[in-house]
Amino acid sequence: MTMAASPSISIAVVGSGGSGALTTGNSLLETACAAGWHGLLTRTLGPQIRGGEAAALIRLAAHPVECLPDQFDLLIGIDWLNAHRFGAEIKVGPQSLVISDPRGGEPPPMVAQSGARVVEIPMKDMAKSIPDGRPNMIALGIASRLLGFTAELVFAPIEKKLADKGPAAIEASRAAINVGFGAAATVEFDRHLAEPRPSTARRWLLSGNEAVALGAIRGGVRFAAAYPITPATEILEWLAPNLVKVGGVLLQAEDELAAINMIIGSSFGGTPSITATSGPGLSLMIEALGLATASEIPIVVVDVMRGGPSTGIPTKSEQTDLNIAIYGMHGDAPHLVLAPQSVSDCLFTTQWATYLAESLQAPAIVLSDQFMGQARVAIERPADVAFIGQRCTATEITGDYKRYAMTADGVSPMSIPGKRGGQYTADGLTHSERGLPTSGATDHLAQLDKRRDKLDGFNFGDHWASVEGTGEFAILTWGSLTSAAREAIERAAVDGIDVRLVAPRLLLPTLPEQLTAALKGVKRILVIEQTHGGQFHKYLRAHYDLPGSVRALNRPGPLPITAGEIHRAIADWRS
Amino acid sequence: MNAPLACKPADYKSEIKPIWCPGCGDYHVLMSFTRAFAQLGLPPEQIAVISGIGCSSRIPAYTNCYGFHGVHGRSLALAAGLKVTRPDLTVVVASGDGDGYSIGGNHFLHACRRNIDMTYVVMDNHIYGMTKGQPSPTTEPEFDTALSPGGTGVRPFHPLVVALASGANFIARCFSGEVNETADVLAEAIRHPGFSFVEILSPCVTFRPDEKNWKDQVHPASVGATADQGKAARRLMTDDGFNIGILYRGGRTPYRPAVAATNIDLSELEKDFEL
Repeated sequence: MTMAASPSISIAVVGSGGSGALTTGNSLLETACAAGWHGLLTRTLGPQIRGGEAAALIRLAAHPVECLPDQFDLLIGIDWLNAHRFGAEIKVGPQSLVISDPRGGEPPPMVAQSGARVVEIPMKDMAKSIPDGRPNMIALGIASRLLGFTAELVFAPIEKKLADKGPAAIEASRAAINVGFGAAATVEFDRHLAEPRPSTARRWLLSGNEAVALGAIRGGVRFAAAYPITPATEILEWLAPNLVKVGGVLLQAEDELAAINMIIGSSFGGTPSITATSGPGLSLMIEALGLATASEIPIVVVDVMRGGPSTGIPTKSEQTDLNIAIYGMHGDAPHLVLAPQSVSDCLFTTQWATYLAESLQAPAIVLSDQFMGQARVAIERPADVAFIGQRCTATEITGDYKRYAMTADGVSPMSIPGKRGGQYTADGLTHSERGLPTSGATDHLAQLDKRRDKLDGFNFGDHWASVEGTGEFAILTWGSLTSAAREAIERAAVDGIDVRLVAPRLLLPTLPEQLTAALKGVKRILVIEQTHGGQFHKYLRAHYDLPGSVRALNRPGPLPITAGEIHRAIADWRS
Repeated sequence: MNAPLACKPADYKSEIKPIWCPGCGDYHVLMSFTRAFAQLGLPPEQIAVISGIGCSSRIPAYTNCYGFHGVHGRSLALAAGLKVTRPDLTVVVASGDGDGYSIGGNHFLHACRRNIDMTYVVMDNHIYGMTKGQPSPTTEPEFDTALSPGGTGVRPFHPLVVALASGANFIARCFSGEVNETADVLAEAIRHPGFSFVEILSPCVTFRPDEKNWKDQVHPASVGATADQGKAARRLMTDDGFNIGILYRGGRTPYRPAVAATNIDLSELEKDFEL
């Protein structure tokens, strides 16, 4: 029997919380990526730390991948105790193979309904035969064998991970992986990965949250205020040790209100500053975002979006903070809102956001999401870019210093504490050019105009959006859905349908002229977003003229919108 | 190079005329601020006065220092971010009993605990003045207002005890009418390492005309500052609220963030990610 090489293979490893499903998944990803393949791992889990449900969703490929598959080729249930809770998120079909432990409970109904082939392997019992053996390492052996990885290839990342646990732990894992290998020897799995393309590029394996943190430091950030919140905490935890190495500081705040006020204080002192949060934290930060807008203090706030409103689904992705990011503040408060489009773009966009905030003396909100924030992806090392915070500071001060002086571009030289003659009081009250409080109509209008015009008049260059292709059919989307849309467009091209991609990276200020140019000649627009209420669609309708006819494909989290679905929506509309 | 140009109180005043009510205690507090700064010989550009919202929070713009008039209740957080990144600056935070003890209460606890080297001055008049006379956390339970007809019936908050329990490193109470004495305490609070808390009884003559009597009620503390937390606790718990002076002077080491010995090249950070 000959086996055709697959461009990508997808594996889901499921278990109850604490079963080690994520360790199995991460080891598979690291093994494949070390051997030259590309890959993506996202996690889906319940809110519990122990005893809930956890799954690692992995897609391995010969080419870069940044979105989930339509369905999984291989599903391994270390146990099925709580798997029904997210059965809908892990699609399998008649072509799929399911590995099930007969002592791990019944597979969820979706497995039986799918027609997938189920092979039983008693992972728990096998693990018991090994001193300190763990079922998740048996599962790792099984998956590795089915994917065609050698045992030696798999051992390397495990040994690295367990280095500080001693030789006994490493030996137990090795033995368990070997047993898994043996158990899978007779299991048929007719897919194998195409050989990776040879590449000399330096490659990284990192999460979107880590990419955000590195992007911030590259952009010049040297202070972070931290209040933990899922799924943004990893940004802060990566910054904590690394900011210090580059002469920076991280301070843990007592709440999000403190976190954002801390970064306003540090930025007032001249230090580019960041905080990271998720929906509930962003809600608390909104008042101070208005203060940063009014007092023209540059700050960066990263919001890793999760299901909302309220506590919502802390561990799962959604794009529903768009409205609050754009419209949350009271008063007329022009500011920056940006959204990265992939894990690698998390680095660029955060760096760019830092540069823009500093250059424009305005707060920038970066809308990432749980999917890319907590996904680990193999990427080519992002190029160094020249966007490093360039704050216009007051160097020569003669006579009365005017902090909010009217200038041609609306950006006023900012005096940094310590500068003699540049003393002023930064204020959230409506103020004059000198920064003195006023309630007069003239000053109010003048400062509103200034803060609007400095953003609207700025040349954002080509980075404002991803605009790809020239078809009369366009997909308008944003954030992490861009990767799925791009893959759908590739599939549509195979059908002979030419689809254009337009995905704004800069959401505020809006750039109507640029979007109009990007959509020139378009007759049909499919708007895609992961919201229940169509927030992105309404935002587009409010700020832009959309040509031709428009349809919306939107759904709330936690179910991902897949490339397959988008492809179908394109094909359906065309017929 | 930065030899102090200004050592006269007037050099620390801005040209803005304060818009407090005639007779407000905060005029005197402003005088104490400028006298303390002059006494310390600090260049005005090396001082940052940070505030929130309320009558007392107007003070930064009346000084010739750098200032930040932020949102209600968050001045301590803003000041913390400034001080840890700019340890060279002298940071003084100005607040009131509503701004500092009610909406900003949580930040008060954590600022005391964190013990960053800054000075926190609360002008306490036992009332919300700017919003025209609502009860604050230090208002007496029987005090009648439009928002609390017949009084709140709620026991007032004891800020000095809370400060001590939370870890403040220096605790004093002043009366705004005693301008020079208050200036001396402020100067000492600024000099003292760590988080210094100075409560200034500052009458609101408009909504609390009864506070005009404070000048007759205040009295100097009978004993000097203690460094013993137990003694300080007993003393603060039992005092009459009008005991003036430095009441506690602790020896905790101020919080200073870790600083790298040498800054590494940014590319070093990327090693975490390399395949």
